[in-house]
Amino acid sequence: MVSGKGIIGLKYLGKNDIEQIIETAFSMRDISRRSVKKVPTLRGKTVVNLFFESSTRTKTSFELAAKRLSADVVNFSYASSSTSKGETTIDTAKNIEAMNPDVFIVRHASSGIMELLSRHLKTPLISAGDGTNEHPTQGLLDIMTIRDEKKRIDGLKVVVAGDIYHSRVARSDIYGMGKLGAKVYFFSPPTMITPDYESLGARVTYDAKEAFTDADVIIMLRIQLERQAAGLFPSTREYARAFGLNDQRLKLAKPDVIVMHPGPINRGLELSSSVADNQEHSRILRQVENGVSVRMSAIYHTIGEGHEYTDN
Amino acid sequence: MNILIINGLLIDPSQDIERAGALLIEDTTITGIVDPALYTIQGETAYLKSDKDKRCTVIDASGMWVVPGLVDMHVHLRDPGYEYKEDIVSGTRAAMNGGFTSVCAMPNTRPVNDNKAITGYMIAKARETGFAHLFPIAAVSKGSQGTELSEVYDLVDAGAVAISDDGLPVSSADLLRKALLYIKPLGIPLIDHPEEVSLSKSGYMNEGIASVKMGLNGIPQSAESVAVARDIMIAAETGSRLHLAHLSTRSSFELVRWAKKLGIPVTCEVTTNHFSLNDDAVDGYNTNAKLNPPLRSEQDRQAVLEALADGTVDCIVTDHAPHGYDEKEVEFDKALNGISGLETSVGLSLKLVHERVISRKRLVQLMSQAPSAIVNLKNKGSLKAGADADITLIDPETAWVVDKNKFLSKGRNTPFHGMGLKGRAIMTIAGGTIHGNTRT
Repeated sequence: MVSGKGIIGLKYLGKNDIEQIIETAFSMRDISRRSVKKVPTLRGKTVVNLFFESSTRTKTSFELAAKRLSADVVNFSYASSSTSKGETTIDTAKNIEAMNPDVFIVRHASSGIMELLSRHLKTPLISAGDGTNEHPTQGLLDIMTIRDEKKRIDGLKVVVAGDIYHSRVARSDIYGMGKLGAKVYFFSPPTMITPDYESLGARVTYDAKEAFTDADVIIMLRIQLERQAAGLFPSTREYARAFGLNDQRLKLAKPDVIVMHPGPINRGLELSSSVADNQEHSRILRQVENGVSVRMSAIYHTIGEGHEYTDN
Repeated sequence: MNILIINGLLIDPSQDIERAGALLIEDTTITGIVDPALYTIQGETAYLKSDKDKRCTVIDASGMWVVPGLVDMHVHLRDPGYEYKEDIVSGTRAAMNGGFTSVCAMPNTRPVNDNKAITGYMIAKARETGFAHLFPIAAVSKGSQGTELSEVYDLVDAGAVAISDDGLPVSSADLLRKALLYIKPLGIPLIDHPEEVSLSKSGYMNEGIASVKMGLNGIPQSAESVAVARDIMIAAETGSRLHLAHLSTRSSFELVRWAKKLGIPVTCEVTTNHFSLNDDAVDGYNTNAKLNPPLRSEQDRQAVLEALADGTVDCIVTDHAPHGYDEKEVEFDKALNGISGLETSVGLSLKLVHERVISRKRLVQLMSQAPSAIVNLKNKGSLKAGADADITLIDPETAWVVDKNKFLSKGRNTPFHGMGLKGRAIMTIAGGTIHGNTRT
């Protein structure tokens, strides 16, 4: 499946691939929960974080994942420096490739960068997010978190709410969860989605009641404050009132609903503080934990298959 | 030199002709269609019975269409300034190889063609070293900056056949109105690239299902149609000639239909790209399918075909836009817009005839007679006696496969590489000079 090829989008993975990555991720989580959080599986392998867009937590999550598998990790951050030197993204990546890494973890502001780089590189790629396209490991950790709670994905009502148009998380969620049989609802202001999103298999709604009623899972997306300047919503106050998740709306959902968020959260904007901190429903920090596990699994399936990941 | 083209199917919408016959050319002028009883053929030479001294080179056009030389009124030849993409020699040679005897070059060169020195340079270089005839289009505004008018009278004296800020719209409605008023005595058209930039600026491809799948910000169809509507209203008020470039959406054609019904002086063109492909061609982040306006949905492509068939569209152009490899093999959002189109245009356009969208006579009208008329090219677009000896020979049937590496254009940026096509131009005669075309 993904062995040797990497994971550049859930669009390209089959149902079995996704299930296998999730299954392995649960074993990886067991490792992370021990006092000695390290297995020698990828000893001697080099993982390169190639980040063309700034990110702290995703990079840290990948770095921890690689280190827990005993791989060597190198971080290259090119947020703006390489372009200012006039080097192309392809040349930058080829230069690092000449140092013989085993896998690249790539984040970049341009949708489709993974497809471009894979035409020019031999090294497998794992996407850490490309433009407004996909963030496959976020989609996988969302699936893992739901599986963990609900023991299934098939038939669940999953609401993804917020700026769908610019969200790589929403796209990976629908590609992944759709394949596993979830009923996905996109809830968004009409300025942050188009009706064409139904072509991905989601139901598009602008009605909070329709979206949240009987939901099993609610995933609130982060609202970028600069979208207000772009005219996509008039004020944070109105956004919170019309499209945010608060205690009242949460009551529409199933009693055992779980609330997720890719972070960082804007308290009082897309998510009220009381919902964010609601121990019974919020699984936001569990997502962060699962993120490391899923990334361990993703790296393992890309370059480590055949190696045991138990202690020896 | 005299040339007698025999055994071909002569297609000339300017005379409403579509029949077998022989066409006689003397030096740089078409003499006319001649009766077989009036000449004898010995080997590769023909002798006119009326004048035994008049020997003609014989071209056997069996199975071919003999049509007035094709005219592409929308190309980018990149010279001066971007000669690594294309220059006047390679561009006019690619034109000839694609079946075009005349091309009109857009002014977005570096510097912009907004003064007679640049126009004069282009014409002189084409005359001395070029292949197809070159007719420059000058900028509407100085530097195509959209603020002050160019010296249009000077530019027309120097040989410019139209004005346009193509690549960019004339964003200011006020400047568009003044430009249309100003050119009225000249009889030339203003060619606008209709685009409402506030609607298109954050997009990279057509907004639709394909853009949703790829996570690329979309350009809505209204970005074009809003500008088309505005342009038409200004043309109606000024009564000056407006030509709308590369229309791509259903609503744009509906607006043009309406304008023509009211007698507003508007003409429009479509590109081979927009009737050959839809936005699925962008799949896999194919930057060779990135252009402006973007490839649209299949419904819009069907609207282009309908508008070609019902007469709403006046002409077919390539919008030939050669770019360097490094300008396309980059991030999708950073890739430059455009397709190198001169050498695939005839093959793609013949599909319209093979698939019975339009007749062959209508095709010749769209690719020769009509564009010649729009930019006032004298003695072109016709096989009438006295017309310039610009002829294209088209083999409508032979199958071939597009190979970008065999282009004579420097631009290899095409999404049609590897595509099988049926028919192509196999010979062009420009000003009485014969050019055989490369075959793949």
